[in-house]
Amino acid sequence: MSILVDKKTRLLVQGITGNEGLFHTQQMLEYGTKVVAGTRPGKGGEWVLDGKVPVFDSCKAAVDATGANASIIFVAAAFAPDAIFESADAGIPFIVCITEGIPVQDMMRVREYLDQKQVRLLGPNCPGLLTPGEAKVGIIPGDIAIPGNVGVVSRSGTLTYEVLYALKLVGMGATTCVGIGGDPINGTNFIDCLSLFEDDPHTEKVVMIGEIGGTDEEKAAQFIASRMTKPVVSFIAGQTAPPGKRMGHAGAIIEGGAGTAADKVKALEAAGVKVAKHPEEIPSLLK
Amino acid sequence: MKLHEYQSKQIFAKYGIPIPKGRVAATATEARQIAEELGGRVVVKSQVLVGGRGKAGGIRLAKSAKEAEEIATQILGMEIKGLPVRKVLVDLAANIEQEIYLGITNDRAARRPVFMASSAGGVEIEEVARINPEKIIKVHIDPLLGLRDYQARDIAIGIDLPKEYWKQFIDICRGLWHAYMECDATLAEINPLVILKEKSLMALDGKMLLDDNALFRHPDLAEMRDVDEEATAETEARKYGLSFIKLDGDIGCMVNGAGLAMTTMDIVKLFGGEPANFLDIGGGASADKVAAAMRIILSDKNVKAILFNVFGGITRCDEVAKGILTALAEVKPSIPMVVRLVGTNAEEGRKLLAEAHMITAETLADAARMSVAAAKDRRPK
Repeated sequence: MSILVDKKTRLLVQGITGNEGLFHTQQMLEYGTKVVAGTRPGKGGEWVLDGKVPVFDSCKAAVDATGANASIIFVAAAFAPDAIFESADAGIPFIVCITEGIPVQDMMRVREYLDQKQVRLLGPNCPGLLTPGEAKVGIIPGDIAIPGNVGVVSRSGTLTYEVLYALKLVGMGATTCVGIGGDPINGTNFIDCLSLFEDDPHTEKVVMIGEIGGTDEEKAAQFIASRMTKPVVSFIAGQTAPPGKRMGHAGAIIEGGAGTAADKVKALEAAGVKVAKHPEEIPSLLK
Repeated sequence: MKLHEYQSKQIFAKYGIPIPKGRVAATATEARQIAEELGGRVVVKSQVLVGGRGKAGGIRLAKSAKEAEEIATQILGMEIKGLPVRKVLVDLAANIEQEIYLGITNDRAARRPVFMASSAGGVEIEEVARINPEKIIKVHIDPLLGLRDYQARDIAIGIDLPKEYWKQFIDICRGLWHAYMECDATLAEINPLVILKEKSLMALDGKMLLDDNALFRHPDLAEMRDVDEEATAETEARKYGLSFIKLDGDIGCMVNGAGLAMTTMDIVKLFGGEPANFLDIGGGASADKVAAAMRIILSDKNVKAILFNVFGGITRCDEVAKGILTALAEVKPSIPMVVRLVGTNAEEGRKLLAEAHMITAETLADAARMSVAAAKDRRPK
């Protein structure tokens, strides 16, 4: 069991002919994900990866021909908002956007539009998600996680890999691992994922990886205190980050004294969450 | 990216927002000439990208062109919060009746732009928010609809603005909205917006922050960046698409991914070391990029050890290893380096580095411990 993606996911890859698109499509196929189509305007009718995946000019054409029910975007930042709109308008209910560096005002319009259409977005600037043994939709290396009973949700990319790997080393596995991305305005958030994990019968414990900036971790803490019955272990990155500096992720910045790691740790601990001092400590806190 | 006051006000003027007559000067002589042209009392304002210029004595009134020159001489020799003043703005002084705050910023939690206004202008809005939160009017804007006139009117009513100014105020709100949208700003602020004794409104001070991610579609705005005001290493890093922030420690960190880069800093600290920097080489880092990252880290003479922590996803470890080797051949550093590679193509990466005499670590904790120990060995005893 899992959340958001599984064996039935029929994936469309937007920007499939680019370097990253092609490389990760191959990785996803090797993992066993059903990649049913790709898009690249102007290359409709071609096939990629030794004839395994058909390419279409538009999302609409791809959905009509293949019944794709999820999409993943590997399109440059300047064109990614358009790719998200196109996917939503083609009737795709779940869109994963890997692209980093989308202007924040574009994301405000995207989010507003998708909310109105009730389309779920994951990302942008995220590594996607992985349901070990079933489906990989994104760029999380498949071999670093095994199936298990821990739900993982994270704002970070590579830090998430670190945690999955630490779990695997002690024989612990994940139901699904979701990377929600490090941008200030994104789609699916912590609370959405915590709620899905709470309802998933196979998820027994949850790991939540946050970082400095914004108040999403504090809100998640409130949700955990009031609604979660499953234990949650957390880690917050950025204890040593100076205020006023953007730490890589557009969303990782301490502004006006708000969004510090200390505040987040305090809120989470008050909600009964065990907070790890470093990522490799997480497995022992889950036991 | 931060804009100077004079740059922000120039943008505001383009959108029909009234600003004082004035120009920017790099020398005291120029300041005097501008004051002469303007005639009458002027305000000499330091142009540095930090707040609290007034309190630091960086904004002063001059009654004559001669006095403007004297004041400009003093201000141009100042440092404000460590930043040398390189330019002053010389503005015609205004007859102020009331000061108002008006700004737009991104409300992260609401995922919308928000207009904020207060009848208590002139002071920092964070200060007003702390002391008199009820004095701040907030109006969220639908990003698909944009600002509607009734919303601007609601703001005017909310701050008890006399009726005779409503029309002009709504025009200013509209101008500020368009400036914010069309420049891809994350903040557009007029503080203070003043009611003049002459019964009209004017933006006396302005501040804009622009979204770095959107500069690709604003080459004109990107050119406004004041590179004098940022650390050279940060400018250099941006050229290569790296995200770099200098810190005060002695362990250089090179990591892929922002979250992991922060975590690497945190764990260095946890094991008793001090990180020298935040450095994210980003996704899909090429050999060139990694070599540049290494040069930037090594340009900091405090650095006594480097910790490479790379977890391959979109970044392939063999690419990173090639980058490290290229940089090693070029820079020939004499300090110890601890490397940890895990993930996509990690084995190929490790193979490439095997011959390069690098300390390799299995876990993040080990890597941190080893680099802390390596740096300690090289500190003067």
